[in-house]
Amino acid sequence: MSAGMSMHASGTEEYQAVFTGATLERLQEILTRYPNRQAALLPALWLVQEARGWISDRNMAEVAELLGLTPAYVKGVVTFYTMYHQHPVGKNFVQVCTTSPCNICGAEDVAMAFLEHTGAKELGATSPDGNWTVIEVECLGACGFATPVMINDDFIESVTPDKVPELVRKYR
Amino acid sequence: MGFPHTPHPRETLVLSKHFGDTDARTYKGWVKRGGYEMLNQALAMEPAAIIEEVKASGLRGRGGAGFPTGLKWSFMPREKKKPHYLCVNADESEPGTFKDREIMRWTPHGLLEGTAIAAHAIQADVTYIYIRGEFTEAWDIMERALAEANAAGVFGKIKIYLHRGAGAYICGEETAMMNSIEGKRGNPRIKPPFPAAAGLFGMPTTINNVETLAAVPLILENGAAWYKGLCLSNPKSTGTKLLSVCGHVQKPGNYEVTMGFPLKDLLYDLCGGMRPGRTLKAVIPGGSSVPILNREEAESTLLDYEGCVEKGTMLGSGGVIVFDDSADLVYQIMRLARFYAHESCAQCTQCREGTAWTTKILERILAGQGKMADLDLLLDLADNMTGKTICVLSDSCAAPVVSGIKKFRNEFEAYITGNRKPVIAA
Ligand SMILES: Cc1cc2nc3c(=O)[nH]c(=O)nc-3n(C[C@H](O)[C@H](O)[C@H](O)COP(=O)(O)O)c2cc1C
Ligand code: FES
Repeated sequence: MSAGMSMHASGTEEYQAVFTGATLERLQEILTRYPNRQAALLPALWLVQEARGWISDRNMAEVAELLGLTPAYVKGVVTFYTMYHQHPVGKNFVQVCTTSPCNICGAEDVAMAFLEHTGAKELGATSPDGNWTVIEVECLGACGFATPVMINDDFIESVTPDKVPELVRKYR
Repeated sequence: MGFPHTPHPRETLVLSKHFGDTDARTYKGWVKRGGYEMLNQALAMEPAAIIEEVKASGLRGRGGAGFPTGLKWSFMPREKKKPHYLCVNADESEPGTFKDREIMRWTPHGLLEGTAIAAHAIQADVTYIYIRGEFTEAWDIMERALAEANAAGVFGKIKIYLHRGAGAYICGEETAMMNSIEGKRGNPRIKPPFPAAAGLFGMPTTINNVETLAAVPLILENGAAWYKGLCLSNPKSTGTKLLSVCGHVQKPGNYEVTMGFPLKDLLYDLCGGMRPGRTLKAVIPGGSSVPILNREEAESTLLDYEGCVEKGTMLGSGGVIVFDDSADLVYQIMRLARFYAHESCAQCTQCREGTAWTTKILERILAGQGKMADLDLLLDLADNMTGKTICVLSDSCAAPVVSGIKKFRNEFEAYITGNRKPVIAA
């Protein structure tokens, strides 16, 4: 998913190490759950994204160093999983499921309503104020509650186009 | 967060008995309802005795393949020479399926209890519950429940950890999941070796679905004979099944029925039927990876493993996708093909190329630029995508396409002949 590319060029933000203090302690605790360091890769990447909002090449190198992997290997893993952002995204990241079960219940209209009301205009682009990125995603595993939408970490069920303006107000 | 519907009198509430009851989510609430009693008893039992009981119950895997659970557990080495692992499949990403999420949301301790019993039965030192990355709410509930249960010390020596996915349907495939836990790209592995011989970290491993494991404490509590008795049709399909019904019904949601329940009654009785003025067109009964049924077939299907096979489809994960006469099946099948193209790990040529080309050809038809020969081309592609790859993602893409063309050919032809206006830009 190539979200937010239009907004920032990757690497423009200053590099900041993520694994210091409490975050490093969390990683160390996570490492105790697995028989080797590599297995902590997905959790470590989540910690980066939690702290920084996205995962830069420099932070991938930081993770690689900590887990005894190469930066190229880490990048290969990051690119496999759609939830890791390789570029900054809007302050609010909106994911609308438009796979068939939701699609037949009007999911594409929900996605369009988000584009309109957030000013993001185009799927995958970020709104001019930097506040919103809207993407369509495949099945969110809540098909009976069409249309499910994720706004950041919040999972919202049964969204219809008429509920979108209020949601946008709430998160703005 | 949504609450489940009020149970219908024709449902059989076994796994869903406590759905909607927030108190059952807490450790105290679970214990008050008799929870963890079975785990205590199981921990004092010989692993082989638990496996025998589960075998006798007829429980089959609810993740899609329907493999007998007790038999799968019995493949693990009896004599333990290396660490054993259990992986719990909570990756639930098959379009149409949303039952495991409901189990985790409402009865997290039920899942943990079943997990710990299974871990004891296969002598697993460590268990990872792999929860798809998008299930943030289910994650929080599971995390809280796990912390509570650990604080109460109910698991003994068994270690249970949650592991978060990061957006990849393929990680629901068991060997892809093992790679993902190992910190790798989620590429499925060639089998053999099977997980029970060399799985996670190369060690003997068992992978089970959430719904499968949630049934285990109830089987121990009420006995294998009771579970086996939950059967309306074929004795090879026992117990209850959570059916996730979505799409064009009045009351979508999770319904728990005894194996062998008529699909027709599920749709028209439990789910309130079609929307006013609409009629049933088609049903995909087992998640998007299984062949589509037309109305006639759907209305005569009995929902168990054999009943679905009899109609040329599969019970799969129990995700029932309902299309009424307003649905554009060509467009929706294209969307499913696009799903598989998006989710292909791209290791196998047949899958990488096949899912992408299937999508492109369907898009071309929907744009009014299709040729009659495209339908044969799609079928030919599908043939090359079936039974030829490391995992069955490729086959899953072919299933709705082949059955769709076979049963609803006129809808495809209407786009090709120009009788139907293009719905997407060329
Ligand atoms: C492409 C693909 C995706 C799958 N996704 C899931 C899934 O999300 N959840 C699941 O439980 N099983 C899934 N499976 C099935 C698993 O490979 C495996 O059979 C199952 O987890 C075993 O558990 P069970 O025996 O308890 O059903 C998938 C299989 C394939 C081929
Ligand atoms: S298809 Fe939208 S959540 Fe499954």
